Amino acid sequence: MYKSEAASWFRIYEMFQFQAFHMYGIIGSALVIGVIGIQLIKRNNIKSFYGEPIKFVPKEKGFTRYFVGGIIFGLGWALAGSCPGPIYTLIGAGYVSIIVVLIGATLGTFLYGLLRNKLPH
Amino acid sequence: MEWIFEPWPWYVAGPLIALIMFLLIFIGKQFGMSSNLRTFCTMCGADKAADFFNFDWKAQRWNLAVVLGAGLGGFLGAHYLSNDIAVAINPDTISNLKELGFNSAGSAYLPDELFSLEALTSVKSLGLLLLGGLLIGFGARYAGGCTSGHAISGLSNLQLPSLIAVIGFFIGGLFMVHVLFPLIF
Repeated sequence: MYKSEAASWFRIYEMFQFQAFHMYGIIGSALVIGVIGIQLIKRNNIKSFYGEPIKFVPKEKGFTRYFVGGIIFGLGWALAGSCPGPIYTLIGAGYVSIIVVLIGATLGTFLYGLLRNKLPH
Repeated sequence: MEWIFEPWPWYVAGPLIALIMFLLIFIGKQFGMSSNLRTFCTMCGADKAADFFNFDWKAQRWNLAVVLGAGLGGFLGAHYLSNDIAVAINPDTISNLKELGFNSAGSAYLPDELFSLEALTSVKSLGLLLLGGLLIGFGARYAGGCTSGHAISGLSNLQLPSLIAVIGFFIGGLFMVHVLFPLIF
């Protein structure tokens, strides 16, 4: 993630301005390979390294939680210029201030845990 | 081998991400980077505060290894595999950012204005980083995943809920960048 600059705040901003293909290329190519790979696994019943059948758990049906949760996440993604994965990458790379974002994210998760019974899903 | 020190192109990064997803699938797990946050909360005792954190976090310990891996990757990438870390974004993007006050655009990896150690002493930039984190954490749990879980794993499995989530991500991101940034910065 670091070397492809997917962890760079600037690239995320650029992505939301549609001013470069780069981030779309990363996510898009991962997806194309992902879709093809998963279809291959399903059709050929490929087993895991441990010999177990691979199960894909479908996501629960719903709309509100995905849509509203998604929007909230998206706001944070653009503001912090990062999503959870790159946060750890940036800490490894030595950008200490991202720890503030990590603390925020942990707090946000905690807040969700407290509020979830009151939220539409 | 010089190319390894340059920024890596999307057609290297994307397939590598897919590779990680498949490695995890083949050991019987899934690719998702945000459920760790829930594990952190539980490790700190959040299970006494809400049911949501009452889960068998020890069974999810393998995911902490993925976190460590991401951190190690960042460390190696930054310290051993890079010569110049300025991110060469589109020149139009650079001018947009400079108008907002981000003078480090085009010459840094992360904007100094938000992420340098001096910036941490400003209540505004500290607050913005914290707020960004809050939104990511809350949003990811509400939506049940972040870009790795939904945009990559979920969409690869052709899941409609993931598509809804990704559309949400984009609405949020676009709103923040196009409507809120000019107000904030």
